[in-house]
Amino acid sequence: MALKTFIEAIRETLAEEMRRDDSVIVMGEDVGVKGGVFLATDGLWTEFGDDRVIDTPLTESMIVGTSIGAAINGLRPIAEIQFADFIFPAFNQILSEAARMRYRSNNGFGVPMTIRAPYGGGVHGALYHSQSVEAFFTHIPGLKVVIPSTPYDAKGLLRSSIRDDDPVLFFEHKKMYRSVRGDVPDGEYTVPLGKAAVTHPGTQITVIAYGLMAHHALEAADVVAEEGISVEVVDLRTLRPIDKETVLGSVRKTGKCLIVYEDNRFGGYGAEVAAIVAEEAFDYLDGPVSRICGPDVPGVPYNHVLEDWFMVNPEKIADGIRVLAAY
Amino acid sequence: MAVTRKAPSKLAASVGLTDDDLLAMYRTVALARAVDERMWILNRAGRIPFVISGQGHEGAEVGIAWPLERKKDWIAPFYRSIATCLAFGMTAQDILMAQYAKATDPSSGGRQMPGHYGNAENNLLSLSSPVATQMLHAVGIALAAKIRKSGQVALTSMGEGSSNQGDVHEGLNFAAIHKLPFILVVENNGYAISVPTSKQLATENVADRAAGYGIPGVVVDGSDVVACYRASKEAVERARAGDGPTLIEAKVIRLTAHSSDDQQTKYRPEEELADLKSHDALPRFRAELRDAGVLDEATEARIAAEIKAEVDAATDHSESEPDPDPSTAMRWVFAEDWPSETPPSWGLGGGHSETEHAAEEPRSAAEGAKD
Repeated sequence: MALKTFIEAIRETLAEEMRRDDSVIVMGEDVGVKGGVFLATDGLWTEFGDDRVIDTPLTESMIVGTSIGAAINGLRPIAEIQFADFIFPAFNQILSEAARMRYRSNNGFGVPMTIRAPYGGGVHGALYHSQSVEAFFTHIPGLKVVIPSTPYDAKGLLRSSIRDDDPVLFFEHKKMYRSVRGDVPDGEYTVPLGKAAVTHPGTQITVIAYGLMAHHALEAADVVAEEGISVEVVDLRTLRPIDKETVLGSVRKTGKCLIVYEDNRFGGYGAEVAAIVAEEAFDYLDGPVSRICGPDVPGVPYNHVLEDWFMVNPEKIADGIRVLAAY
Repeated sequence: MAVTRKAPSKLAASVGLTDDDLLAMYRTVALARAVDERMWILNRAGRIPFVISGQGHEGAEVGIAWPLERKKDWIAPFYRSIATCLAFGMTAQDILMAQYAKATDPSSGGRQMPGHYGNAENNLLSLSSPVATQMLHAVGIALAAKIRKSGQVALTSMGEGSSNQGDVHEGLNFAAIHKLPFILVVENNGYAISVPTSKQLATENVADRAAGYGIPGVVVDGSDVVACYRASKEAVERARAGDGPTLIEAKVIRLTAHSSDDQQTKYRPEEELADLKSHDALPRFRAELRDAGVLDEATEARIAAEIKAEVDAATDHSESEPDPDPSTAMRWVFAEDWPSETPPSWGLGGGHSETEHAAEEPRSAAEGAKD
């Protein structure tokens, strides 16, 4: 067991999976000699060479589309999109092709591919280096969408993603790369896709979060605990397929549900979670299914005052908990 | 049994083929045409809802697909690739099953529109309707072939309309940088639905663009089957030798409307339509083989009879196969079942086994409350 940063866990997993399986390759912009703009792939090019660590031109659609083809012809590509904000040129390849390949071919072809992309704000990245894009992809049947919050989960879930026989989008909150540390055991382990974790047991309010927000939710839970409010935090870890059993089990126990996400409020991923809870746990609810999430402006503004205004933080979550607790 | 082998005709020898090869190619061109014509009859008779045709492309498709090795190399086809698919291992029945969208349709089990042919067994990649997306898949297949040192070649085909999509640029650039064993075939029939090439291209040929990627660009007469074969053979050899991709542009004709929902007389001049048949590969290839002494009347009649019987049998079989069962409609979203995915409130239709899916989640909060 060793204390590791979030990005160290990612980097180690990539290297270990490439050592274990010759069919694993990495493709993306600056992933080679530079080791990625965040250094997530640092050292891979030196160890595995040009064939398996491929610096691509600035062509996101090609990175994903070519990975689809390579996956069909026997490889397990890991495509890196440098920032989640730049994933949209590849949207058609992800939506129309990767997600639909198995279904449209009646199981004739599958796409064992992982797309990694750093997402999220709070890093002075402004509109185009801060976006949370998960809702665009969780909407699509045929994709698995993973957002880990701890180095332990990052490693176990990335390993599961790479070994999965279907396309996985693996979003990493860039603010967590070096600010989040955690215990990571030596040796090989996996965390299964599609399983949430209760990271803070409680009895009065369920807070559902993922990624950076899962950390903020824990902090908020500690703050309101001093005020006598008992919060259960559910870290979703995999957004789709969603672990309804854990979510509904917790809400049926506490009777109240607050969903936290960093993305814009309207039509965000948490809206679907709210719909599931409202439909399937209605009889247990003692208050409105509520959300704390990013405001509906087209992006995270650059200036630090504006950015702070945009970003969800533990205080804003604690306020949301207090409002719900009053019901 | 003693077999006397006669020397190959000059035509066959000129491209390193046998007369039997040429006859097999001719048979495939003619079969593709017969299947296609049957599709239109079935559509007009109300038996199938939609047709998208490959008539006028068949000669180029057969000539170009022929040098590739079946079940080893890969083709990512497009919606006019009936002849390509037949040349690469699919059967007339496979193509007709897609028209009827039956449960046993090998392309998609009835999930996709006709024209979206693909079949893992034959290394023919499933395609979608957003055009040119298959470009990058073929490049990726070629990338994997290079990394795995498998000796495979990947070919994709598309129309000149599709060739304007950004994925083509991104893919050709990447394939050229890495000298991938890849061939792009543009079947230029002069129209993107209704838009003529004069409004699609600033250059005369799509192949002129190849120079911008530092790769060979070849223009070939799509009604000349042997010339198409020769161009493709050179491209395959270049790819296998590690010398990188080739862009082949075959000038073909579109003998039909874009689809069964299109009326092409609205945008194509009458004289142009009247002149089309003089550029048709099928009669040209037939005459060429007769002149070369490869095809005689008896053989031609035998092939025609075989094709008719094959298409009739394929039609009858496709008619008689069952439709897909709605209880299968949620399968193959992923390799494995995901019980947390919610089936519709109206269930999974006929044939659905209650024990298979119903017990996964409580159907309502009230049911859940009883737990």
